Amino acid sequence: MDLTFTEEERRFRDEVRAFLEASLPAAMRHRLLEGLHVPPEDTVAWQRILFRKGWGGPSWATEFGGTGWDPVRQFIFEEECAAAGTPRLLPFGLKMVGPVIQRFGNAAQHARFLPRILSGEDWWCQGYSEPESGSDLASLRTLAVRQGDHYLVTGQKTWITLAQHADWIFCLVRTDRTGKAQAGISFLLIDMKSPGVEVRPITMLDGGHEVNEVWFEDVRVPVENLVGEENKGWTYAKFLLGHERANIAGIGGSKRELIRLKRIAAEERKHGRPLSEDPFFAARLAQVEIDLMALEITNLRVLSAEAEKRAPGPEASLLKIKGTEIQQALTELMVQAVGPYALPFRIEALQDGFAGPPVGPEYAAPLAATYCNMRKTSIYGGSNEIQKNIISQMILGL
Amino acid sequence: MHFNLTDEQRALSDMVQRFLSQEYASDARRKILRSPEGWSREIWGKLGEMGLMALQVPEEQGGMAPATVETLLTMGAMGKALVVEPYLSSAVIGTALVRGLGTPAQRDALLPAMATGERIAVPAHGEAGSRHDLSRVATTARRGGAGWILDGRKAVVLHAPAADLLLVTARTAGAGDAQAGLSVFVVPATAPGVKLIPYPTIDGQRGADVVLSGVELPADALLGQEGQAFEGISAAFDLGVAALCAEAVGVLQATLDATTEYTRTRKQFGVPIARFQALQHRMADMLMHVEQARSMSYLAAMHASSTDVKERRRMVSAAKVTVGQACRYVGQQAVQLHGGMGVTDELAVSHCFKRLLAIELSLGDTDHHLERFITESK
Repeated sequence: MDLTFTEEERRFRDEVRAFLEASLPAAMRHRLLEGLHVPPEDTVAWQRILFRKGWGGPSWATEFGGTGWDPVRQFIFEEECAAAGTPRLLPFGLKMVGPVIQRFGNAAQHARFLPRILSGEDWWCQGYSEPESGSDLASLRTLAVRQGDHYLVTGQKTWITLAQHADWIFCLVRTDRTGKAQAGISFLLIDMKSPGVEVRPITMLDGGHEVNEVWFEDVRVPVENLVGEENKGWTYAKFLLGHERANIAGIGGSKRELIRLKRIAAEERKHGRPLSEDPFFAARLAQVEIDLMALEITNLRVLSAEAEKRAPGPEASLLKIKGTEIQQALTELMVQAVGPYALPFRIEALQDGFAGPPVGPEYAAPLAATYCNMRKTSIYGGSNEIQKNIISQMILGL
Repeated sequence: MHFNLTDEQRALSDMVQRFLSQEYASDARRKILRSPEGWSREIWGKLGEMGLMALQVPEEQGGMAPATVETLLTMGAMGKALVVEPYLSSAVIGTALVRGLGTPAQRDALLPAMATGERIAVPAHGEAGSRHDLSRVATTARRGGAGWILDGRKAVVLHAPAADLLLVTARTAGAGDAQAGLSVFVVPATAPGVKLIPYPTIDGQRGADVVLSGVELPADALLGQEGQAFEGISAAFDLGVAALCAEAVGVLQATLDATTEYTRTRKQFGVPIARFQALQHRMADMLMHVEQARSMSYLAAMHASSTDVKERRRMVSAAKVTVGQACRYVGQQAVQLHGGMGVTDELAVSHCFKRLLAIELSLGDTDHHLERFITESK
């Protein structure tokens, strides 16, 4: 057993760090590290910077234009990006539809879609959930009826993250209503500019616009946009869900937020002394730090098993649950750390360059909204209750 | 020992709840939140007509103090409806400050109009460096002009934009967190040198930072005795904590009710999700938090006016700890069990969640009261 990274892995980390140091624009970094609003332009610009470096697809094989990095290198890359404060790479293209197209798509689909994901030209979003189909995803009802050389799609998807910026949406649609629910689902790629597609915003509890409803009314989708075989979509969906492993625990992001929390706790005062010296607060902070240490090693164990080609299994559920619990705990402690100054809620102060009169320390402004927003993490991507079902059934065999 | 209400108390509770369910339903509340002022003078006026602002005003000034149980019931009803009007700030804490610290002449001058709701007076106490310490005050008051001159800055003064009067704590002597040397001044919100930086708070209420720059006040703006205000402030804020705990119980119950209702109707895998045992147990845990919080809100209310100061502080802090933990657990689990709907602005549950967060952070957070409970238990 050796819990240290190899010499080559350390050199790789240095290379990544040097690149980020040289290539990450300061304004982007500032917005991310201070919890300010990150405009979509940042996300696209950062993808293009990585693309020009040849790192546009950190988790993709070289044959598709990716880096060919093993899971440990992917982990190191994501950790360094998180620490440096890069905008988040959009998972919808790189980690979701990209791998599905690679594995199950045809050559024409490879050529048409994959390069534009790497270059940042296409913004993808994910059309899975429906109002009546959340945890019970297989009950979905958005209908795709084959008519000659196209499908006619009608239905409603919901919780579509950043659909308002998307060029394309990949959807699970029902192509067969007979038989078992899972057996009648197909995986369809739909151009968001198609007539009959409507995006309706959902206002979140922090006042933000992050997710949407997407409505389809008799939307014509060419048959060549079907991935793989008709009615095999559930298999592809399961492949996709099992694919986003390297960063599901969000270790890098949580390490960055832990540093931010410590910085805030050193600035804040309790009884005239630094809050970081308060035994109550220090104990809470230490507990989260220890949980994060444990999860990092657990995460590396899972990655290492994956690198040795042992099947990556339901451990991802464990990483997701603990990872989101830690992310949420960090936002709770930040809110607690700033005391009464967590309460003012000025949406305009979350925009970079806000010039209004200051209220409390600058770092306090986004914290309560972030705390509220991060409640989503234990709900999305398979709620933590669903993840516990997976652990019970797949790991414990109950 | 008994937990029964008198007929009059039950009638008052019914009246307030009926009024709020009619006039403060979800849509009406949203309209109020979106209005420029962020609260409704019309609603405030009607609450005043019901006599609710008089509950903490002594009889001599036209009130009914000490109406402890009535205040508890009123706050609970307001919690259930997520009322954003300045009741806690003015009718409870502000009123208790004037009642506890003011001379008879000042009480006569200020309280009758507060008892009807015509005049709104809110405490302007906390500062950037004070966190939850009541005695850590840096704002100063020195003799000058026709009486006093105030300088300093107050942080997150809830309902300051709605206030006619700010009850400003300032140091007339001492330094740091010394209890001696604290005084409270009655400052018209429009006085020259008073500047408000207003904002909404995360739970949809309104607050402001208040900057005081050479604010000149007459000699009688000093509430009661110079430098002797700490105990009066502490008593008023403990009453405020007890009232806030009662409000919390109203919010908690509404949050739990919304969650059980949602899980009964939301179907997945062909059944209402309330059928899943994992979720049933979660809601059972939520209920236990609500009931423990309710018990402690009673305890706090009964001790909030106690003359045994140490015991009062101990009980009030114990209640705030229990309530704070309930706010955290029930709020978070309610959102979780609502799934995606829980993180939207659309359902009441997210509004409850944000109010529960604000309650947990207000008037001393859980760690503050845990520490004070330990100190007062020694």
